[in-house]
Amino acid sequence: MAPIGSRIRARRIDLGLRQVELSRRIGISAAYLNLIEHNRRPIAGKRMADLARELDTDVQVLTGAAFAPLTGGLRDVAARSRGATADPASAEDLATKFPDWAALMIAQDRRIIGLERAVDNLSDRLANDPWLSAALHDILSSVTAIHSASGILVDDPGIEPDWQARFLRNLHEDSQRLADSAKGLVGYLETGDGLERGLASPQEELEAWLCTRDWHLCEAETGGDPELPPGLSSGALALARAHVAQYQRDAETLPLAGLRAGLAACDGDTAFDPGALIALAGGDLLCLFRRLASLPEGVAGRPVGLAVCDGSGALTLRKPIEGLAMPHPGVTCPLWPLYTALSRPMTPIRQRIAPPGRDAQCFATFAVSVPDLTGGFDRPPVTTAAMLVLPDDTPGPALGVGPYCRICPRNACPARREPSILADTGLG
Amino acid sequence: MVRRILLIEDEPNIIEAVRYILTREGWAVDTHSDGATALSQVARRRPDVIILDAMLPNRSGFDILRDLRADAATAEIPVLMLTARGQQKDRDLAERLGADRFMTKPFSNAEVLACVQALAGAD
Repeated sequence: MAPIGSRIRARRIDLGLRQVELSRRIGISAAYLNLIEHNRRPIAGKRMADLARELDTDVQVLTGAAFAPLTGGLRDVAARSRGATADPASAEDLATKFPDWAALMIAQDRRIIGLERAVDNLSDRLANDPWLSAALHDILSSVTAIHSASGILVDDPGIEPDWQARFLRNLHEDSQRLADSAKGLVGYLETGDGLERGLASPQEELEAWLCTRDWHLCEAETGGDPELPPGLSSGALALARAHVAQYQRDAETLPLAGLRAGLAACDGDTAFDPGALIALAGGDLLCLFRRLASLPEGVAGRPVGLAVCDGSGALTLRKPIEGLAMPHPGVTCPLWPLYTALSRPMTPIRQRIAPPGRDAQCFATFAVSVPDLTGGFDRPPVTTAAMLVLPDDTPGPALGVGPYCRICPRNACPARREPSILADTGLG
Repeated sequence: MVRRILLIEDEPNIIEAVRYILTREGWAVDTHSDGATALSQVARRRPDVIILDAMLPNRSGFDILRDLRADAATAEIPVLMLTARGQQKDRDLAERLGADRFMTKPFSNAEVLACVQALAGAD
């Protein structure tokens, strides 16, 4: 910490006061004040209070106590910065001259610690979730820029004013970007239980709520209304009500008891066949797919994933399945059988698929698209496509699909829209 | 003789910070942000050391590294690979393709500097 005398001298010079004038005001000689300012005489008590008053500041500022928490915080930042060689004096200088920026750096450091912890916890999800991967890349890039700029400001007390201003501006930009990215990430991660308003798209809010119910709404099985969670946005609330209404209609068409009986009758078949199940239980393919994806745990006898899109290809519902990154709205791989079904209305599509990865699990998919003419025969039909996804351990060829082009390693893919940022692993 | 380094990275504020700390140490720093044209920049600038980000627009850093090592004119240039993902498979891939050093974001300025100096010394 800089000696008190040096701080007094710096403050006096900042105010444009001469030693003679200041010493006269507090009743000591200029020579004695000079000794104090050069840290060769101690100062405390009433004389210190007089000096603080004449210098229009607080005693704590002159003693350095006012900046001790900031200085300590900056030292912590430097200590956590591997390989940093910041000296204590420069930390105090930064805290004294730019207390707001010092506080920002400390706050960002704490945020970085929290985010790094979150990154550790989520590292196994990176390979399977393209949105998460892109979001974390953005966060780590912001953190790196903040880390480097703050390191320069702490380590280099002789930095030129132009560069200092430029790095302070970069810090501000990157901290804003980090805050935005972190907010989006928190919203994405908390949709599983928090469902906080505005932190996810309405569709993601709906899917997160359904995840908390394991996608089974027991109340709606008998026509009842499940209690919707508090905090849903108005958009998500509308989607949730529409989903419940559809669920109730599906349950009426394909009651749970009939579905259980149909599944039991099909149990032991080597290949799952939705057509055979419809013959036993009734309903249509879209209804059956939705019902299979909302059964109570254990009834289907295997994990079930589901993706639904409208005629434009926009995804309207995604029930995830372990081992497969489901299509992400707006950037999906066009090779998914869901889209093949969309181009061939009313034609059932069965396709075995393989996500990227050396030991990736393969999946059986069943897809169909159905035009809805309830808007009128002469109006454009409203088409819905749905794709059921089941684990498939049987050997055989599989169509390679990806999450989306930017993070798909299959560079030779004929459906590629944009270059990948990943190396081709040769597994396409 | 001034040593020359080529920083291939697409984050402007990371570029500015790394350029500052290297310039301060006497390096002549060239920068480039597009993966697709990175190889032509290497041929034109003829750097003593390359810092190469793994995730670049239009072409991955891993692909660039592969081509650098396949060309006799650039095969010996020391390369420090940067990535925002510290997963072992990325590290293994970089090593397999011939990266001299591998560093995970976020990194400290001192680490980058020490690494570049070590690479220059080993050159």
